[in-house]
Amino acid sequence: MVVNTGVKVLVQKEQTQKKVNGKQVASQRTAWDIVKISRHPERPVLQDYIKHIFSDFMELHGDRYFSDDHAIIGGFATIACQKVMLIGHNKGKSALENVERNFAMAKPEGYRKALRLMKLAQRFNLPVVTFIDTPGAFPGIEAEERGQAESIAKNITEMASLEVPVVSVVIGEGGSGGALGIGVGDRILMLSNAIYSVISPEGCASILWRDASFAPDAAEALNITAHALLNHEVIDEIIQEPGEGAHTDYQKITDEVKNAILKNLRTLVNIPTDVLLEKRFEKYSAIGKFQTS
Amino acid sequence: MAWYSKAITEKKQQKNTLWVKCKQCGSHIWQDEWDNNLNVCPNCNFHGSISAHQRAELLFDDGTFYEMFTDISPVDSLNFKDLKGSYKDKIEENKKKTGISESVVSGRGQISGIPAVASIMDFRFLGGSLGSGTGEKILQAANFAYDNHLPYIVFSASGGARMQEGVLSLMQMAKTCAGVARLNKKDIPFISVLTNPTTGGVTASYAMMGDLNIAEPGAVIGFAGRRVIEQTIGEKLPEDFQTAEYLLEHGFIDAIVNRKDLKEYLSKVLSYYNR
Ligand SMILES: [Zn+2]
Repeated sequence: MVVNTGVKVLVQKEQTQKKVNGKQVASQRTAWDIVKISRHPERPVLQDYIKHIFSDFMELHGDRYFSDDHAIIGGFATIACQKVMLIGHNKGKSALENVERNFAMAKPEGYRKALRLMKLAQRFNLPVVTFIDTPGAFPGIEAEERGQAESIAKNITEMASLEVPVVSVVIGEGGSGGALGIGVGDRILMLSNAIYSVISPEGCASILWRDASFAPDAAEALNITAHALLNHEVIDEIIQEPGEGAHTDYQKITDEVKNAILKNLRTLVNIPTDVLLEKRFEKYSAIGKFQTS
Repeated sequence: MAWYSKAITEKKQQKNTLWVKCKQCGSHIWQDEWDNNLNVCPNCNFHGSISAHQRAELLFDDGTFYEMFTDISPVDSLNFKDLKGSYKDKIEENKKKTGISESVVSGRGQISGIPAVASIMDFRFLGGSLGSGTGEKILQAANFAYDNHLPYIVFSASGGARMQEGVLSLMQMAKTCAGVARLNKKDIPFISVLTNPTTGGVTASYAMMGDLNIAEPGAVIGFAGRRVIEQTIGEKLPEDFQTAEYLLEHGFIDAIVNRKDLKEYLSKVLSYYNR
């Protein structure tokens, strides 16, 4: 029996041991603690990052078929001197705004707008930066009717062959297909208290434990933290959050995110397109663990 | 996930009795009649689950199917345990129960004389869930179609991504679609056949990306689960919501084809492929 990957084992343990001197170190946090931080009401959202790290943002609207989804926003943006296409889930800053933005749960028109902007980026030869922060794609009648599944499937497929570099940053909740719909990047970066999951811990608990109150157990079992996902070679890099979490120091976390994006863009923009696409294909081809006998 | 407990019940019924009870109309059908009718109810046309190998037999010309990538099987890389036990045990249980080693069977063969590649999901194996091994087989088969310039057909039957493999299973959506994207670039036909049920991450990846999307009658096809939607909106959903017929009406399916006519239908489609 051969297990096909599994090179970077035990990175998590090493990292946790390194930081014992900190106040509340990542190692002392359970997966469920991290879930709670990722959903903290004061956690910076996309619009905070726009304010702090992009000197210009020209929002562009609409999917050209149906409407303009406020759960995903996007447009031309400038980070340092680098011009990019910025696309991301946008949670609200207040209860009212969250209703208006549907808690960043996008509908097909949101994913179709995102795809339109990605294609526009290709036309303008601009790298794409996506910010991921959603509980999941919206589960509703009209979303199903208009093809929620098709819109996500199409984005995932098109992103695989998009002819410009893509950097994706998971800043809060990476909710399943709703996250992946704008998440097929050449680099996937993740904040240290962000989560990325195939299903919400509550959803998983209610199916496999038959009780949503087992969400903390499900969160642990699902391996949804940045450290776990780096171990499993799903993400490329962790962006360390300050102190108790990103919400305690906006300046610090936005600086860190800015530096991480710029560093990755600098490498990616110099890679010839055919090589970039080949590497992207190899990257996603290699994800997953199975046996061959 | 509730799906596979149902599948097990059905299996038990089949083993212990001479008849099968139709899940849709409730009528009792003699086992041999059910088998001869390809697990379709002669009374109400309900299309029951069918094994991947049975499908391969139905699809490919006699003796032409050559199965590929049979050495791939799941591994419990997260050491996943829930109340009912470990994923590791579930894998072994499902291998024994089904005689196959992943939720998909891939291979090549001839369909009415036309060479083609197919991946066929088997709902009996962990509810047809999309795990790393499933994704690998679907991609490898796509790559084989790509390298040899052959049309690729995927039959889906799945409850979605496999929770027990966490984000590794979610990423199989990107992995399989990367394979589809390459077929698109090379203008190699990719045909998706959606069977009951095709939901969640499978619908939101390759299953919806067919150049043609074909469905069996009455198949449940959707993204979010019915219960989740009902909880979100606080009301009951119409009966036909998320059925093949509903998707046809909303423009996501090219045609609904009876199981017994699928081979002829696909042969005809492939005969239009002027490579
Ligand atoms: Zn019936």
